[in-house]
Amino acid sequence: MSAAELQPTAADFTKVVVARETHALSRPSLSYWQDAWRCLRRNGRAVFSLWMVIALGLFTVAGPWLWRVDPAAQDVGRISQAPGLPAVARVIAPYVAWPGVTVAELPTAGSAVPSGLRLAEPATTQAVRIAWDAAPGAAGYHVYRNLYDPAPDRALGLPLAEIFDPHRVSFEDRFDLDPVLYWYSVVAVDRDGVETEDYAVLVVEPLLAISADEATARGWLADGGGVNVGDSITPPYHPFGTDYLGRDMLARLMHGARVSLFIGVVAPLLFVFFGIVYGSTAGFAGGRVDQVLMRCADFVVALPFLLFMILFKIAFGIGPGESGVMPMLVALVLLSWPSTARLVRGQILQIRNEGYVGASRLLGARTGYLVFRHMVPNTIGVILVTLTFEVPRVIFIEAFLSFIGMGVAPPTPSWGSMSNEGIKTMLAHPHELLFPAIFISVTVLAFNLLGDGLRDALDVRMRGRE
Amino acid sequence: MLAFILKRLVQGVITVWFIATATFIAMHAVPGDPLRGERLANERIRANLQARYGLDRPILEQYTIYIGSMVRGDFGISFTQQNRRVNDIIREHFPVSATLGILAIAVATFGGVLWGALTAVYRNRLPDIVIMFLVIIGISVPSFVVAALSQLILVSANSLFGRSLLPVAGWGTVWHMLVPALVLGLSTTAYLTRLMRSSMLEITSADFVRTARAKGLPPTRIFLKHQLRNAILPVITVLGPQIALITTGGFVVELVFSIPGLGRYFVDAVQQLDYTVIMGTTVFYGAFLVSMVIIVDIVYGFVDPRVSLE
Repeated sequence: MSAAELQPTAADFTKVVVARETHALSRPSLSYWQDAWRCLRRNGRAVFSLWMVIALGLFTVAGPWLWRVDPAAQDVGRISQAPGLPAVARVIAPYVAWPGVTVAELPTAGSAVPSGLRLAEPATTQAVRIAWDAAPGAAGYHVYRNLYDPAPDRALGLPLAEIFDPHRVSFEDRFDLDPVLYWYSVVAVDRDGVETEDYAVLVVEPLLAISADEATARGWLADGGGVNVGDSITPPYHPFGTDYLGRDMLARLMHGARVSLFIGVVAPLLFVFFGIVYGSTAGFAGGRVDQVLMRCADFVVALPFLLFMILFKIAFGIGPGESGVMPMLVALVLLSWPSTARLVRGQILQIRNEGYVGASRLLGARTGYLVFRHMVPNTIGVILVTLTFEVPRVIFIEAFLSFIGMGVAPPTPSWGSMSNEGIKTMLAHPHELLFPAIFISVTVLAFNLLGDGLRDALDVRMRGRE
Repeated sequence: MLAFILKRLVQGVITVWFIATATFIAMHAVPGDPLRGERLANERIRANLQARYGLDRPILEQYTIYIGSMVRGDFGISFTQQNRRVNDIIREHFPVSATLGILAIAVATFGGVLWGALTAVYRNRLPDIVIMFLVIIGISVPSFVVAALSQLILVSANSLFGRSLLPVAGWGTVWHMLVPALVLGLSTTAYLTRLMRSSMLEITSADFVRTARAKGLPPTRIFLKHQLRNAILPVITVLGPQIALITTGGFVVELVFSIPGLGRYFVDAVQQLDYTVIMGTTVFYGAFLVSMVIIVDIVYGFVDPRVSLE
């Protein structure tokens, strides 16, 4: 083979056609945020928690606009009322004293149980008037009222009256009447004051009634116009019941949400922002400045958190009529910034040493470009996740401090202070504790789940982990 | 090792000094007069009282005296209960809080490790789902609600059985401690369960576990020796800060169950502006927490040989 034959000619070459299709992406390319949003939407729990957060936001912001009840107004007639459906009250004549029923002649034969126990007049919440036939041999009567049937074990309930006159066979009950079922029991008493074993029972459900004057005085008549006896009027409706001072629970929950969520959202925003500034300063400056700054942060971390929350709050002081929200915000910011500062500093130090930042710097990028092109997008996800997890933490702290009486001062409602008031009447009226407690728990749950979802979506390294 | 312990101790002393100074500054910024509650007949009695507590001296001198007595371990005399030393108050009430806290930590650590390991073993099966649901509830419900509800349940259980199964409130016997310790440890249990679960899941797919399985070790041995021991490490790390959380978190539990602990005493002292008690308790708690963190650091060094104690 000669050298001329080895010499390649143009005919030996074929043009390589680059098949562009092999490199084409099968799906549209997504930006970081589009990808995160896609991942978040696939996460059922995260979507659910997002809706819960939106609902809570609406409850807080729009709630007091829709439910225009003054959270401080007291409905004195209805204290610690349980939640329920709206009631209708009948307007009746003002109260007139009742002479009662007396009998002149006492029976001599028959059973010793007061028979013929009946309502002398229709029962209303103004008064329940009962009468019975005189029992032979009775020297007097005892009247009881109970909220359930006394039958099985003779649980007669609240003693209402002891009547020592055998001629008197009636009783008028005006004691704290609600439109619920009552079991009235009448027992005959012998000459020695000993009750007989048997008793008569009458089940009564008083009608919710009010006189026109009283309705005006309580503000049940919105326009102040006149009403006639027999009219029906609707008293103020408390769907979530009332608290121990007769204040509307729903209105207080909404206004309490404003206080609790205001602290829960604004405080993390403030101290996370401060932490970003502090941490990025330390991270960028490096060297001695970094060491000094971080040592200061270590000291703040070492402070016993709750003790200092209380200390700072009393140090800033609250004057009369102030709610104490501002001192709490300041104390929270002063004590909570170091964790974010540490996190941001760590991120900045890490990113600074990344190859792409070095390459960018070699290509002549200025600091501003580095910060906004590389540092911010790479840290914002982590910061957003921290922010979401700080919200439930701060809501807990507010509730905790208000619960031990060191937080939001009454009469300003917050979920924590409402729980504090509710726990005192927990056994009799559990709704006063349960509603604020449920709201705290649901809010904390929603933000925790949202934080989990955001972490999965925003922190690519966390994906697939649990 | 010794150098490491020494360094941590020096750091701890500086931290406690910082806590003491911050407390001093915060207390002197409090508006209101510590002697305002006294019925003072005239200015001379007031001056005498001020002299007794050293309030008439310049602030820097007060600070020096304060730090000096702190170094000697003397926290001074109570403002509201005269002739009662703060040291005595702490000596009397702290053991109660500490007992409750230790019990709660024990319950939480045991429960957290157990539940966490269980969820990892039964991953995505019924026990896992149930336990993780309970964990979410444990994290979301505030401790005072749990405390109140558990009291409610105790009351109804007691009346149901017609006799006292467990005391509802108070302090004294072991039976008094059970429910408060459970309630106090609940959120930590939930947190540790989560931590233990993720750490167990990570370990399960580790190379050395696969090797152990490949060479035919019995599953229980792999579980106990290889998985559990390694998975517990992160739990030990967070135990230090969790002890801090539990001791201060005892406030609410002590309040609801009316337990005579230091936390409840602190809340009372703050309400009465009892300066020396507030300062003494804060510094004492701060020193306690700092030493807890140091101890956990050192223990961690012993447990995990990979951690180099520089």
